[in-house]
Amino acid sequence: MQFGIFSVGDVTTDPTTGRTPSEHERIKAMVAIAKKAEEVGLDVFATGEHHNPPFVPSSPTTMLGYIAAQTDRIILSTSTTLITTNDPVKIAEDYAMLQHLTDGRMDLMMGRGNTGPVYPWFGKDIRQGIPLAVENYALLHQLWREEVVDWQGRFRTPLQSFTSTPRPLDDVPPFVWHGSIRSPEIAEQAAYYGDGFFHNNIFWPQEHTRRMVALYRERYAHYGHGTAEQAIVGLGGQVFMRKNSQDAVREFRPYFDNAPVYGHGPSLEEFTEQTPLTVGSPQEVIERTLGFREAVGDYQRQLFLMDHAGLPLKTVLEQLDLLGEEVVPVLREEFAKGRPAEVPDGPTHAALVAARNDADEKKNEKAEVAK
Amino acid sequence: MTVFKLAVVSAGLSKPSSTRLLADRLAESTVRQLALQGREVEVTVVELRDLAGDIANNFVTGFPAAALRGAIEAVTDADALIAVTPIFTASYSGLFKSFFDVIDQDALTGKPVLIAATGGTPRHSLALEHAVRPLFSYLRAVVLPTAVYAATDDWGAAGDGHTDGLPRRIDRAAGELAALLAGRTPAEPSLPEQVVPFAEQLAALRV
Repeated sequence: MQFGIFSVGDVTTDPTTGRTPSEHERIKAMVAIAKKAEEVGLDVFATGEHHNPPFVPSSPTTMLGYIAAQTDRIILSTSTTLITTNDPVKIAEDYAMLQHLTDGRMDLMMGRGNTGPVYPWFGKDIRQGIPLAVENYALLHQLWREEVVDWQGRFRTPLQSFTSTPRPLDDVPPFVWHGSIRSPEIAEQAAYYGDGFFHNNIFWPQEHTRRMVALYRERYAHYGHGTAEQAIVGLGGQVFMRKNSQDAVREFRPYFDNAPVYGHGPSLEEFTEQTPLTVGSPQEVIERTLGFREAVGDYQRQLFLMDHAGLPLKTVLEQLDLLGEEVVPVLREEFAKGRPAEVPDGPTHAALVAARNDADEKKNEKAEVAK
Repeated sequence: MTVFKLAVVSAGLSKPSSTRLLADRLAESTVRQLALQGREVEVTVVELRDLAGDIANNFVTGFPAAALRGAIEAVTDADALIAVTPIFTASYSGLFKSFFDVIDQDALTGKPVLIAATGGTPRHSLALEHAVRPLFSYLRAVVLPTAVYAATDDWGAAGDGHTDGLPRRIDRAAGELAALLAGRTPAEPSLPEQVVPFAEQLAALRV
């Protein structure tokens, strides 16, 4: 099981001081957070992709490449890569390049993006969001698996004899997650390809997450990629911790109350009850997170949202210390208990290469027997 | 024979409220008239006042809290809806509109809806026709021909040369709803998440 963090990359005023970081500060803070994540023993850092203020990460592979050069172990990912408004050809090239530079220490998560105006800025139409996600990903999938591609679709100029370069590292395409909050079509898409399904699990009640994951698992088995239990599931989560629960609540409340997404709505207590948000001691975070397994089954990747709503960098780094030192070691141990052997670990490039080699070997054996 | 589910939405704000009173009278008359045809009705009343905070929060968070979710399901799963609002500033109340704003826009398609309103003066009665009816038409509901408006005076008046008294109008509207329902079969419980198989999604894109 992999543990990590995902960042939206918002520039938000700290409601307790009124101070707003510059874009430069925020970008550098994201890098510092990613490096800290590796330092405290986390497995994954994922950045969002946005093309409108107040968000800074418009260029994820540039940022992840820069972080990769300063880290050794952590998997770099996205949350999410916009499969609707990005040209799938450019995604194929950019992320294959990142895959080589990181020696396979990367994967990516597809998302649609829900900001209307971003679509026309890139020549697209939000009403075509799902068809765009379907067609563009079909092309991306092909570009990483076939050397020479002839292709024609609805949303992009046709390709004749096109080869996306560089070819994927070891001829094994980067692992892909499909992120969604509420679209069953995306769970279906992930299942169809045998890719991972990531539920943001932050803004909606747990029951909803449970239903979406159950749908994905059922369809994953339907398409013959393995059993429902073997489907690759990732979940988001959102926590704020202090040693004492009351201190966590007191310190986080002004950030919650003014948060861009849900601020000025329900109370911290209501939102904590209705969604997976946990504000409290590391022990409370451990218990709540372990509960996710009850809802969705044994899963592969847990990402936490830690740096948002204007929390200062110093606080975020303290949160990461708590996460890495007190929470994740216990979660690793507890999640390992009773985990069936056939449930796969979180995806890595090495594991994908091994699986590919195994499959090739079996094919060769069969060919030998046939002779 | 299975039981019809009737949802009654009242946007009245005071307790007791004349809006709720009108809603109850309409529901009662509908139940009575269907009973005459041997049909049973289960009535669920949704008082929007109790959900005011949840409705506002739904706009902010994008999802309904448990109580609101229950109310939305009561409405969307019902065989018919009676929707009653006070008239504020020449239209439905903001709370009334907000509730229907947080319901999926396709969820009321084809559903019989009896619309009604209360107000301080009979001069606002056409707000039902100019505001409430188009709202439900937009949602592709089947809005019944008779809409019932109850001004304060109506509660203590018989009809006049132009119109029937309130009880007759209530019975007429409820009778239309009962007649429409009597020809239908109660809805099956809603199915869990349905997906379009991926191959169909792909095929739909082939030009």
